[in-house]
Amino acid sequence: MIAPAQTTSPGRRHLLGIAGLSPQDITELLDLAEAEVAVSRQTEKKKSILKGRTQINLFFEASTRTQASFELAGKRLGADVMNMSVASSSVKKGETLIDTAMTLNAMQPDILVVRHHSAGAVALLAQKVACSVVNAGDGAHEHPTQALLDALTIRRRKGRIARLIVAICGDVLHSRVARSNIILLNALGAEVRVVAPSTLLPSGIAEMGVKVFRRMDEGLKGADVVMMLRLQRERMEGAFVPSVREYFRYFGLDAAKLDHAKPDALVMHPGPMNRGVEIASEIADGPKSVIEEQVEMGVAVRMAVIEKLLGTTGDGA
Amino acid sequence: MNGSDERPLVIEAARIVDPSRSLDAVGTVVVSDGRVAAAGPDALNQGRPDGATVIDGKGLTVLPGLVDARVFIGEPGGEHRETIASASRAAASGGVTSILTMPDTNPVIDDVAIAEFVMRTARDTALVNVFPAAALTKGLAGKEMTEIGLLAEAGVKAFTEGRRTIADPALLRRIMTYARDFSAVVMHETQDALLAGKGVMNEGLFASWLGLPGIPGEAEIIPLERDLRLAALTGCRYHAAKISLGESAAVVAAAKRRGLAVTAGVSINHLALNENDVGQYRTYFRLSPPLRREEDRLAMVEALADGTVDIIVSSHDPQDTDDKRRPFAEAEAGAIGLETLLPAALRLHHSGAVPLMRLIEAMTVAPARLLGLDRGTLGPGAPADLVLVDLDRPFVFTEEHIRSRSKNSAFENARFEGQVLRTLVAGRTVFEAAG
Repeated sequence: MIAPAQTTSPGRRHLLGIAGLSPQDITELLDLAEAEVAVSRQTEKKKSILKGRTQINLFFEASTRTQASFELAGKRLGADVMNMSVASSSVKKGETLIDTAMTLNAMQPDILVVRHHSAGAVALLAQKVACSVVNAGDGAHEHPTQALLDALTIRRRKGRIARLIVAICGDVLHSRVARSNIILLNALGAEVRVVAPSTLLPSGIAEMGVKVFRRMDEGLKGADVVMMLRLQRERMEGAFVPSVREYFRYFGLDAAKLDHAKPDALVMHPGPMNRGVEIASEIADGPKSVIEEQVEMGVAVRMAVIEKLLGTTGDGA
Repeated sequence: MNGSDERPLVIEAARIVDPSRSLDAVGTVVVSDGRVAAAGPDALNQGRPDGATVIDGKGLTVLPGLVDARVFIGEPGGEHRETIASASRAAASGGVTSILTMPDTNPVIDDVAIAEFVMRTARDTALVNVFPAAALTKGLAGKEMTEIGLLAEAGVKAFTEGRRTIADPALLRRIMTYARDFSAVVMHETQDALLAGKGVMNEGLFASWLGLPGIPGEAEIIPLERDLRLAALTGCRYHAAKISLGESAAVVAAAKRRGLAVTAGVSINHLALNENDVGQYRTYFRLSPPLRREEDRLAMVEALADGTVDIIVSSHDPQDTDDKRRPFAEAEAGAIGLETLLPAALRLHHSGAVPLMRLIEAMTVAPARLLGLDRGTLGPGAPADLVLVDLDRPFVFTEEHIRSRSKNSAFENARFEGQVLRTLVAGRTVFEAAG
């Protein structure tokens, strides 16, 4: 599989993408996240390992769920967490990404969690700051913690990732979730499929380490995991697919299509869902759905990532 | 800036490469009164002029000064990026003695007064010959044609929309028809803005991994094919300004075989670099057209060697650092190139991909003929625009070599073989390498 090498900044540790992580790195993160699941299920959910550390969540693109998940993760580790939504403030006034990075850097955070609408923006910012940076999603590039939480969810249910058949369905073209998952699942030895109309597949998809399907019945056949992707509203009405009803007819996950997967298949979705567009409500809420569990694993995985990046030189534990 | 008050100059025992005369021989270059008195093995037949400055050219090569037919500048309107003077210093340091500047300034070079302003400013401030190209349409708006006749009469050598492509085929047809009557050269970059859409790099696997929207090759080829058909229909002197794909070269070759008076150019970037140079979102490699696949780069080199592509341009495009230090998709496209045009092109000579004679032709006499200039030659009586080069001297190109006001070079820290030692414009030394 050909994935571009990850930029690393010596001296500081970042999580900018799944690309560049070894299978061992991934497994270690998942193992640590397992332990964090236990912490989150206790009555006393707070560790003190990051006491006195500052985490800033810098979101150039609104996301209630991811931001809340990172916030909770930081707080459960004992860090002071600050949220900054830049989508509507200074960037509109002409302040550049670099200016924002320098300003925040001067506040001496220990870790920055960054989401940006432009691919590569988080890596660019990481070059300009003195702290660790976590990519919380950059354009259509990567969303590494989503792929990690998906992997943790699968591993807990299935006991492994290797040799599982995972079908990623929907808007792969615009999806950072898909890219990170393709890289991670391949690294851990799964068989990765993508199922979508060709207008929602990136150029060169067949060389990205996946099997490509244009029909759900074929793509889901024998699948262990069915991973649905969100279709943005502005892409539904004629630009990439003709209509919601046509999309749902051919690519929306309903009981009939899911029947082609293995009987014990898992249904996943990174959220937020468009019920009745890419997934039927009865499936989203049905027995095969692990969508809520993904949310829980999200907090655990983010705790593991933050702890891993900051923890080894830590003093608070 | 004529050299009449300067002493005559003699460069002895140098290799002289002058494609205008198919000359590649060791000999002497005699410059006097700002013109080439003689250049060749027999140049000293009439003796050395009295009081001449003599340069030992042993081991060095004399070339006609380069003619660069695609240079974006910032004056008027964007002087923080580049002035005519700073562009001319960059040119001189790269052995480029004549530049065709693009009209997408502010205001746009679309009428006689503004063209004359640029010519006047160049006369007063520039070290090299500056020829402003004028816009094809007023304000580059793609609606109404400019005064092609008056502009040509004022000395404008070519017409172009800069980095834009005229979308309306009926308008383009009328402009080409009208331009033909004045024998005006129409230079056009071909990129269909709608098909390119939000694309920021070459479409393909590499862009897909980076999560960047791609530009398909068809966005270049479709308007190019359209233009060539309109050139056939109108008989216009058409020049495809910047092609980047093997298929584009094939389309141009087919048009030439049909006998059309068309020519094509390629930027040095598309001969020296490919899409992989973008690496991890390196914005200095965000160019238009985008850097293509290695197969396309090789096809462009071949097209240059066989003459399908007539000229090489720097496509020098200075951009402010702030406009480049952005996420890739939000950064401005373009890279400077005047300083590196010759050394980067010489890579093709050293690798054996393109014969030296052909390579130099594509940067001297070929663009000079295209623009109707009496330059790009060392023929007797020609203006003494020439460059003294050590073809084999290795050097690493660093920021200290940059004379441009902007620093966005795609060749920073590149290793080159072939350094410009001295540049003359009309017999006057306008650049001399340190050391």
